[in-house]
Amino acid sequence: MKTFCSVWLLLSVVELSPAPPASQEPPLACRGAADPAPPQPETAEDMASTGDLEPTHYPARRAAQVALHYLNTHHGSPFRVFGLQQVHKASAEDVEAGGRKYKLDFSVTDWASGSAGPALRCSADVLFPRTERHSAPDVKLRCEALQQINRTAQEEEAFYQKHITPDSAVSARDIPDSYGNMSEEMQPFWRLARVAASFIMLRESSENTEFNMAQVASVTQQESSEEQLMLEFVVLLHDLPSQEIVQWKLLASWSPDRGVRVLQTEWQPRCPHATKPPN
Amino acid sequence: MTLARKFNSSKMKGLLVLTALFVAVFGKKTFEGDQLLQITAKDEAQISLLKELSEQEHLGLDFWREPVHESLPVDVRVPFHSLQAVRAFLGYNQIQYNVMIMDVQDLLDDEQREMVKYRSFPRSTDDFVYTTYHDLNSINSFIDMLVAENSNLVSKIVIGQSYENRPLNVLKFSTGANRPGIWIDTGIHSREWVTQASGIWFAKKIVTDYGRDPVLTDILSNYDIFLEIVTNPDGFAYTHSNDRMWRKTRKPNSGSSCVGVDPNRNWDAGFGGAGSSSNPCTETYRGPSAHSEPEVKAIVDFVKSHGKLKAFVSIHNYSQMLLYPYGYTSTPAMDQAELHELARRAVTALQSLYSTRYTYGSIITTIYQASGGTIDWTYNQGIKYSYTFELRDTGRYGFLLPADQIVPTAEETWLALMAIMEHTRNNPY
Repeated sequence: MKTFCSVWLLLSVVELSPAPPASQEPPLACRGAADPAPPQPETAEDMASTGDLEPTHYPARRAAQVALHYLNTHHGSPFRVFGLQQVHKASAEDVEAGGRKYKLDFSVTDWASGSAGPALRCSADVLFPRTERHSAPDVKLRCEALQQINRTAQEEEAFYQKHITPDSAVSARDIPDSYGNMSEEMQPFWRLARVAASFIMLRESSENTEFNMAQVASVTQQESSEEQLMLEFVVLLHDLPSQEIVQWKLLASWSPDRGVRVLQTEWQPRCPHATKPPN
Repeated sequence: MTLARKFNSSKMKGLLVLTALFVAVFGKKTFEGDQLLQITAKDEAQISLLKELSEQEHLGLDFWREPVHESLPVDVRVPFHSLQAVRAFLGYNQIQYNVMIMDVQDLLDDEQREMVKYRSFPRSTDDFVYTTYHDLNSINSFIDMLVAENSNLVSKIVIGQSYENRPLNVLKFSTGANRPGIWIDTGIHSREWVTQASGIWFAKKIVTDYGRDPVLTDILSNYDIFLEIVTNPDGFAYTHSNDRMWRKTRKPNSGSSCVGVDPNRNWDAGFGGAGSSSNPCTETYRGPSAHSEPEVKAIVDFVKSHGKLKAFVSIHNYSQMLLYPYGYTSTPAMDQAELHELARRAVTALQSLYSTRYTYGSIITTIYQASGGTIDWTYNQGIKYSYTFELRDTGRYGFLLPADQIVPTAEETWLALMAIMEHTRNNPY
């Protein structure tokens, strides 16, 4: 099955691809496999979920995660990835152009600083548009004291210098592995992948999704370009409501000055649901 | 140098003393009482003495670091029977030394214990390593060992077979007949590895605490506890052999190349409604009909024939939530107020250990709409205290939770389980 998938992949590489259209045919090699099932409409109650929201329930939490993805695309680095700690307050209202806007008050922590790190208070407006074809949510975000966080500059510089050299050719698979193990050396790469994946997760999010990065399937360093570290990642994303694992290949650049940029993304079929081909 | 002249030197007198004190060293297989000495010679003369000492074969000295130069310490294992002689020699010649290891055998015993732990086949549940993830064979061995070691308390019931004919093993903890019961299952979704790992820990915890912890002992005096650790063994085997992210059962679906049914959408509670999928190629595929999966049917049959289960807890990861019915409808459960309050207390207990933040509420409001779910069915069967856990974490590692979090997760979850079980015991119905 894996051979079939690889062959299909080679035949179908698309650069700068947007999210796969809902009507995309499943690849031949994955007869029957499909994109994540179109999200089921939620209950009538949820559809009318406006006004004050319960902070611990999913509508507020999903919107907060979207704000987190936005935060990470702007401020994430090999030594900084933010995670949601708690939603304090949330409300939602339908907006004129169609769509729903969430107002959120929440706290985040930096995973890279472990349990020692302080919580940052943030507020955000997250607008989910209601368009026929999916389009990315719009986020406006303010976090306190963000500009004061400078303490990772040294680590970033050291990491950058170590890997910008021409003979650096990092290549690894399954980070973390099945047992949750991740070497110290791989941690900045995992964080970079997580930040780069945030671009995709932000773009793909709706009120009916809740994405996390399940695993970095692979990282392969490419030739540096314009003084940027160039990394090709294959990441597995997990969507909570549908429970689907979605695979994306992406090309990202990073430097301490320019931060993380995602240059190419490509959805990849995973063929997980099929039987093994008869051998 | 003639032997006579050798006898006359004062250095030789030292060695003579030594020889006089010599006790035959018997061939030993153990190292009981042996000590490790670290000797620091202060000049070349002392180094020479130590070299001569090393040549006294009858002492059985085992130099880990030979005498070479006065700047380098000398490490020597001294057999028990030579200790007095060697220490006398060193003292007579004013050679400094420290005792590094008081008893070498103790050290070896500790090391042996550590090594045994990491062997593939632990000899007892005390040897079993709880801080690592195990495969199906290892878990089934654990189950059999636990029963063998605690046969007065624990028995194994096989409630059915998986699609691929693996036994569906349930541990029964019981101190008397005809008792009402409490059910706990882990691993219904095979990729949620911290749950099976926690189930193992819970099993050991029960046998350890029975007779020691008054609350648990009291619970077991009135209720049986049933624990199914690997609720989806086919899926679990598949996560080890093929796909770490496999969730469902491994039953093929007719008319599709896609395999497997979501066992937590296959129950007869709102079956077929929104919150599950009709597409076999999806993770939440509900199956062709309610209870079509043998793994699910086995539990259904068990619950119905037992007839007296009073609490039912189904454990998943991840999200750090404690959830109660319903998932298939937004109509609140009749006992919502009580279930909510008990969840609050259980979560408070959980959080008290490591400050792990949990949220709680009904499935449909807190996590997502889900139809055909386990605890919706058990609740509708009249099992009032029906709960689902989503264990650590909140998405950072998700399914790939590092093994060093297994025990902390199990420990904190156990506090919540105890709160639920205690409440069940105190509120019979």
